[in-house]
Amino acid sequence: MKVADASSRQPAGGARLLAAVGHRPTFDRHVALYGELPAGCDLIALIERAGLRGRGGAGFPTATKLAAVARRRGAVVVVNAVEGEPASKKDRSLLRVAPHLVLDGAALAAEAVGATQVIIATSTYGPELTAAIGERTSKRYDSVTFDVEPVEGGFVAGEETAVLSALSGRRANPTLKPPFPAEQGLGGAPTLVQNVETLGHIALIARFGSDWFGRGTALVTLSGSVAQPGVHEIPVGATLAEVITQSGGTTAEVAAYLVGGYFGRWIPAAAATQTQLMPDILGAGVIVALPSSTCAAAECARVVQYLAHQSAGQCGPCLHGLAAISDAMHVEQRGDSRPELKRLGRLVSGRGACRHPDGVVRFVDSALAVFAEEFARHANHRGCGKRLQGILQVGATR
Amino acid sequence: MKGRRLNVLVDPIACDGHGLCAELFPERIALDDWGFPLVDPTPIPLALKDHARRAVNACPKRAVQLVRAG
Repeated sequence: MKVADASSRQPAGGARLLAAVGHRPTFDRHVALYGELPAGCDLIALIERAGLRGRGGAGFPTATKLAAVARRRGAVVVVNAVEGEPASKKDRSLLRVAPHLVLDGAALAAEAVGATQVIIATSTYGPELTAAIGERTSKRYDSVTFDVEPVEGGFVAGEETAVLSALSGRRANPTLKPPFPAEQGLGGAPTLVQNVETLGHIALIARFGSDWFGRGTALVTLSGSVAQPGVHEIPVGATLAEVITQSGGTTAEVAAYLVGGYFGRWIPAAAATQTQLMPDILGAGVIVALPSSTCAAAECARVVQYLAHQSAGQCGPCLHGLAAISDAMHVEQRGDSRPELKRLGRLVSGRGACRHPDGVVRFVDSALAVFAEEFARHANHRGCGKRLQGILQVGATR
Repeated sequence: MKGRRLNVLVDPIACDGHGLCAELFPERIALDDWGFPLVDPTPIPLALKDHARRAVNACPKRAVQLVRAG
């Protein structure tokens, strides 16, 4: 599925989405780098062959989502640029480095689902996005319109139904699914809600084909004890150890890596060479190297407290259950609360309108498993002799 | 027969934890630590349908529904 005349412009080297780093994000520069948008491709079939999965965290197959919206009439496209993970910066970075690539992807997706309106919902955006929309509008380049809508940020605010609530002028709270946005989204219209990075990949696959895409690349945000914190583009399928080495290595002894963000999982440092980074484990693309010098139990307790505060407070089991879990995570005060954490996890999981409680329970389970020794020491009031360094970022509470 | 089997479905956003459903339909609904309904997903036999219906009607938030099992 290679597109012949564009093949000479395939970005060389590892950077695809970030190939424009160091250049001004103008339209001309964008076209010089990637070539013009191809006309008339069967986008949904192409995306299906590429096996692209959403890069917002849930990892849902993109072609399935596109097809569900394309089946219905009067669709709208929403670009989800509400990056709720406190440690994630990849989406806002891509919008600054390659706004035209994201807009290309949104325009292609809109065409594929029969939409004429693209709304970019974002809580933080730079001048590059509005400049890029201005350039395209003055050239009459697209058959769709682009509107940037500033919306409330926060951890759950990036959940797709929460984004739609915010766009409708309500609090950025999730709603019950079904109805799914593809069935009944913004103003009741079938709505395609797609993550920024996902749209960037769509723009590349449409140009260079599914064979070229291969397993694809992924944007990750590195933080913690790494030499080069920030956004990196990595080949999907690389091991965690390869990614860390190729991005400059670590700056301290690492106890474990958090992969995927706060709904992700902990990987012990010793397992980094065997851990392949596939879309399901990459989640929202956050990788944090937690140094051995900080108290892992306290770091995790602080994150759980933050996540409990981020509950929209709509569902009783989430509101009360996460508060109870957060309480039990503070082992210094509570002693051995590990059995209680397991019980609360089973009680709360799956009982919210969205997956927020499930994600928190997964984080807790993973922390208890990977830092078992540390939690055991705390449970017996022996402590670990380490202080909380605040490596795991927590954002502002709502 | 299978098509007529029913399940209880609670809308967790609408539910405020009044707890009437658990009192009226204890065969399938219990309450958690905070008074919110825990639903047993075992399909409801016809003999218990009236109990289920009472729970649905008593909810002041209209958060309880009967849906087809499956």
